[in-house]
Amino acid sequence: MKQEGILRHAATRLLGLIPTLLVLITIAFFLIRVAPGGPFDSEKALPPEIRANLDAKYHLDEPLLQQYFRYLGQIISGDFGPSFQYKDWSVNELIAQGFPVSATLGGLAMLLAFVIGSLVGIAAALRQNSAADYSIMGVAMLGISIPNFVVAPLLILGVAVYAGWLPAGGWDWSWQRMVLPVVTLALPVIAYIARLMRGSMIEVLHSNFIRTARAKGLPERVVIRRHALKPAILPVISYMGPATAALITGSVVIERIYSIPGLGSYFVQGALNRDYTLVMGVVVFYGVVIIVLNFIVDLLYAWLNPRIRYDETQ
Amino acid sequence: MTRWKPIWVFAVACLAGLAACGDRDSDVGGPISRRPEPVEMVLLEDGQPDRAVLADQQVVRRGNGEEPATLDPHLAIGVPAAHILRDLFEGLTSESADGDVIPGVALRWNISRDARTYTFYLRRDLTWSNGDPLKAEDFVYSLRRAADPATAANAARMLLPILNAREVLAGELPVEELGVSLLDEYSLQITLTGPTPYFLGLLTNPIAYPVNRRNIEEFGEQFSRPGNLVSNGAYVLSDWVPRVEVVLEKNPAFREADRTIVERVHYYPVEDHSTEVKAFRAGEIDWTNEVPNNQFRWLQKNYPDELVVSPWMGSYFLGFNLTREPFIDNPSLRMALVLAIDRQILADKVAQFGEQPSFSLVPPGMDGYVPFVPEYADWTQEERNHEARRLFEQAGYSEERPLRVEIRYNTSENHKKMALAVASMWKQVLGVNTTLVNEEFRVFLQNREQKVVTQVFRAGWVSDYNDPYSFLELFRTGHGRNDYGYSNSTFDALLDEIGTERVRARRERLMFEAERVLMIDNVIVPIYTYVTKRLVSRQLRGWQNNVMDHHQTRHMFKLRLRGDPAAEPAAPEQPDEPVSAEEPPQAAAEEPAPEGEPEGQEP
Amino acid sequence: MSERTTPSVEDPFAQALAAADVPGRSLWTDASHRLLKNRAAVVSGIIMAVMVLLVVFGPMLLPWEPDFTDWDHTSSPPSLETGHWFGTDAVGRDLLVRTLEGGRISLLVGLVATLVSLAIGVTYGAVAGYYGGLTDRVMMRVVDIIYALPFMFFVILLMVVFGRHILLIFVAIGAVNWLDMARIVRGQTLSLKNMEFVEAARACGVDHNAIIRRHIIPNLLGVVMVYVTLTIPQVILVESFLSFLGLGVQEPMSSWGALVNDGAQDMESAPWTLVFPAVFLTVTLYCFNYIGDGMRDALDPKDRL
Repeated sequence: MKQEGILRHAATRLLGLIPTLLVLITIAFFLIRVAPGGPFDSEKALPPEIRANLDAKYHLDEPLLQQYFRYLGQIISGDFGPSFQYKDWSVNELIAQGFPVSATLGGLAMLLAFVIGSLVGIAAALRQNSAADYSIMGVAMLGISIPNFVVAPLLILGVAVYAGWLPAGGWDWSWQRMVLPVVTLALPVIAYIARLMRGSMIEVLHSNFIRTARAKGLPERVVIRRHALKPAILPVISYMGPATAALITGSVVIERIYSIPGLGSYFVQGALNRDYTLVMGVVVFYGVVIIVLNFIVDLLYAWLNPRIRYDETQ
Repeated sequence: MTRWKPIWVFAVACLAGLAACGDRDSDVGGPISRRPEPVEMVLLEDGQPDRAVLADQQVVRRGNGEEPATLDPHLAIGVPAAHILRDLFEGLTSESADGDVIPGVALRWNISRDARTYTFYLRRDLTWSNGDPLKAEDFVYSLRRAADPATAANAARMLLPILNAREVLAGELPVEELGVSLLDEYSLQITLTGPTPYFLGLLTNPIAYPVNRRNIEEFGEQFSRPGNLVSNGAYVLSDWVPRVEVVLEKNPAFREADRTIVERVHYYPVEDHSTEVKAFRAGEIDWTNEVPNNQFRWLQKNYPDELVVSPWMGSYFLGFNLTREPFIDNPSLRMALVLAIDRQILADKVAQFGEQPSFSLVPPGMDGYVPFVPEYADWTQEERNHEARRLFEQAGYSEERPLRVEIRYNTSENHKKMALAVASMWKQVLGVNTTLVNEEFRVFLQNREQKVVTQVFRAGWVSDYNDPYSFLELFRTGHGRNDYGYSNSTFDALLDEIGTERVRARRERLMFEAERVLMIDNVIVPIYTYVTKRLVSRQLRGWQNNVMDHHQTRHMFKLRLRGDPAAEPAAPEQPDEPVSAEEPPQAAAEEPAPEGEPEGQEP
Repeated sequence: MSERTTPSVEDPFAQALAAADVPGRSLWTDASHRLLKNRAAVVSGIIMAVMVLLVVFGPMLLPWEPDFTDWDHTSSPPSLETGHWFGTDAVGRDLLVRTLEGGRISLLVGLVATLVSLAIGVTYGAVAGYYGGLTDRVMMRVVDIIYALPFMFFVILLMVVFGRHILLIFVAIGAVNWLDMARIVRGQTLSLKNMEFVEAARACGVDHNAIIRRHIIPNLLGVVMVYVTLTIPQVILVESFLSFLGLGVQEPMSSWGALVNDGAQDMESAPWTLVFPAVFLTVTLYCFNYIGDGMRDALDPKDRL
């Protein structure tokens, strides 16, 4: 029964992907086209003859609606087209090159944040309202309260420029170049997870079934590990869906300050340069990633929480 | 917890130390231990450095601004791509380290008496990096390709001096009609529409580089990828990871390979100036593309030997939209606004890096041209302010009836500071209420062009070639970048005359006259002339400052460090080059690509 | 609900107190008691009150205009002699005035954008939850779809397309944040609508709109307030992110985010331009978070067991 429910749910969700993507593509397509200026504007004025050649080459001389359907057709075949800005590469290639970088950094940051955040949160919850609780949460909160474009240059200055322990930026898939970006990415997430974890853990520890477990004389460690952990971690899991999506799709700030060739910058760069195909490609790709991640989180949630059933809604 | 402890210690220490950091001069300025001294440079008689002073590993790592748009020399736009292409390719003419035009693939050339026909005689034994011989027909093919509408090359506008180029670009004539003809295997002739003194300089630009026909026919649009690209310059493309690095290796087939010392060049795209400087300080790059805006004093104090500032052939100015109130037919008002700013303060305190206050359009030092200097240049600022107030009132404005005006600029730290400063000066001297409008680059360009909402706007120009005409033609009636709506028949007539004048002195006089007409009409608010500013490792020599800011790696070399054994075996601990392990760079948003060659965008 | 909250719109702490003052409901009295016992929240509240006063009245008391450029003291460090207690920026503007002025914008953006998302989210969620059935399913499907859109991108696109008017910043950020609110409110409404007093109202023939307005929304106030205090700091951070991209507020206006970003560029050469705005920003974010946490704890009935 439950199995079947989950399957049915999965099917609906995957079907739901299509209208969502269509809405996404349409909004993004027309929004970026409405933006003043075009991909070939530059401070060096272009003679009209050259302008016409460029427009013809990229089909920009066709009516907008025709371009829209041309684009839809293209996407269905899985081709995002050539980048207007980075002329030697196709958008598919750029995404294929940028996403693994962003995903690696984001994934590592999420892992780090999950482990540290949960531990810190649990530690604080077990000492609720003690000095230790306040100071742990105070430090964790620093992660939320200092913007990452301050944290990142500080880390570079301290760790790379003065201490010389790690490189200041750049990318070559070596762990040395991942440490600082991952830490910077993880800090605010650690803080959020720690807070969530602390809150839900406190709630769970006050609940009846934990009291029962304690009353049975189980040692505290066992109570926490065996009974409290699973329900307490649920809110963290549901937070992690969107958070992971945000992390692995790349952070413009981190990419810029650490000179990392991730996906986030492509969007901003593409939007500013009116690189229509690149913007669209990244937006569509993001949409898919977010939907898939939310879906995974749903499944995870259902697996962890026996009370959720997908056959009927409230 | 323990894993991130050191980081916290650092973050906290940095935060705590921050307040003190800035003034505690002496020990700031980066890790002294990693700023080793190079040995004295010793040049041999032929101008080449003595082998004994050279570092063992000749690898140069250059910060290069944005990711290059493409390495197809004809499609390339933007400064970053041009830097790389100058290393990869060589045109008919080339440039010396100090920016002078010198023979390139062409050994010599003849210019006809009417200055409209150039005959180039090529060196005979040159080859492409794939071994193909390099002949005159390669240039004919390449120039035609560059002008072909199907190529849709942005920079083809630079070919417009060539006969029939406009018609070919418009598709009205076949490419064969382009004024380029093959004379024999090793010579070709280019016919121009009129005398173009800067034509030899134009030929050093990527749009005029040869491309290998076989290469293009084999790989099509992907010919410019690593592994595919065939080039004829001092270097060949060895690797390119978008937004990570472009790596070039020395081309053994290059005609001067035995005089080319640097074996490998890494170009890192780093858009964030602060990041770039940090990478330089950490010893990861040898040459930055830029330095951050506000830090002149700090850099001068901490990196006096590395900070390199040099004039650049660009002007920074504001433009008036002459088609809109309050500036239509209002020369007194425009003059008042031109007078009321203190350029010395703007150059010294806002721009900071040694930019020269400017009173006219053309920067000094362009091919020997001496710019027009208006009378008020010699006045004190007090006198200027006084005259400004008089003119302001004459134009019908006063404290009670203040002028309201908008300064529009594209998003950039520098433009913002300059707009703020100018607004503040106008307010202090004339009581003008200025609104600042900051727009994203493309929006800004479009608004400028449409002339509907603009009043005063950020302008500026960095020339493609070393000739004042490139500045003056912007103000011709109907020019694509005449965003001022300026139209003066006297001025246009002067430009026409310049276009046909063959005698250098007379041409210069005409240009001077044109500039005078323009400045008297007060179409722009001149502010300063550009400089290039960067940090360069003291190990890196051989390059020279030049107004073009063109620096080919083949002129460069790296000095050995003091204390390194002068003998062959590579010292193990050279901070020199742990080879490809060191990449910095890559980055993101802020300023959109200044397309076109070095460009009014913010140097 | 609008009548109830408008008077204290400028000050979230006052808002919290005002809400806590709602008479005749033991839940609120209890909650305010608990809130006042939470030292971190109370101290944060006091600091925020001071901060708001400073930011609102401070610039009027200082001798410097925020756009005045002191050419004799550009990039000068904090000093009592020059009268620039926080130092000046690269064009000689007084940093203290700029920090306070920036605070106005940041807090305003935080509040207004949060209220925008609140207005959309509460209405949407309450309607969906109250009507239930097909309406609910369709409305929530729409939320699901929108959830999958990469929203930060749309904010950036909007800023690119329409320029950077401050109103647009409010709306853009607000429009990003309403989804969570809609979901939370819907959930609460679902459980509320079957309670006796709502049934009673319905039995008396009160129409749906009135029920939503008079019975459902006021009872959501607790959740909503917690959400508001926790959203404001997020919004302030989002604004600072836009400033980082150069898409923030228009000069000469500023915000803490913009100031911190400027300062971060020159953190070694002019550290004061980073430290002062950063301290203001950080303290504010801390305070809102503590107040939000405090209110959540105070309103959480489970603690009463």
